[in-house]
Amino acid sequence: MRNKMKLEFTSNPENESLARSCIAAFAAQLNPTVEQIIELKTAVSEAITNAIVHGYAQKDGTVVLSAYIKDSRIHIQVSDKGCGIEDVEKAKQPFFTTAPEFERSGMGFSVMESFTDEVQVISAPGQGTKVRMKKTIGVGADDRKI
Amino acid sequence: MYAMMDGQDDFIVYLDGELDHFRAEALRDAVDGTLGTVSKKRVIFDMTGVTFMDSSGVGFLLGRYKKLISRGCIAAIKGPAPAVDKMLEMSGIYKIIRKEQ
Repeated sequence: MRNKMKLEFTSNPENESLARSCIAAFAAQLNPTVEQIIELKTAVSEAITNAIVHGYAQKDGTVVLSAYIKDSRIHIQVSDKGCGIEDVEKAKQPFFTTAPEFERSGMGFSVMESFTDEVQVISAPGQGTKVRMKKTIGVGADDRKI
Repeated sequence: MYAMMDGQDDFIVYLDGELDHFRAEALRDAVDGTLGTVSKKRVIFDMTGVTFMDSSGVGFLLGRYKKLISRGCIAAIKGPAPAVDKMLEMSGIYKIIRKEQ
């Protein structure tokens, strides 16, 4: 492990931007392309938003964003001690949402899966949720470059 | 964050900055009142100034679209940057909201 970080904050939507900036700053050491940074920020934004909107249902709680870098891969975890997910497979279905009244598009997990290499969800009702994502960053990680 | 203009042919909503869950909530309250009274048939969401968008932004646009459609208005999107365009493309929203050139 080359480097690691941990950011803890209240489940206040205002902090979504903070989390994105934080992961972008941390990933910078891997020399990401502009596209990779945007993908990382977006994937993290989705996970953080889920923790705030669903995990804590907009009540106060603590969200933890942690990450470590190993070789040219960044490993990220977004965790909360909120209500947990009843059916993880259902939650991951594109456009499925438990909160349509809040204009939730149900795309969060699809975005995370498109923008990272691997997504793992550890969750159970009353047990909180951990969303883990991995992404290989930098030159040669993919063919697209800006 | 946003500006609105009742143009000659269309009503334009200029969006800028980050369109995430936090900002979408505030934007929704700010914009819905006016959108409910728009007289033009077409409302264009000009996204030229949007620097970031996640699926909450998509949800925001979809929510506005549903409200406009129920009033007989058409919605269109203009000027998204490549990253924003990619998100919009992924969501399938272009099947129901046209992208203006």
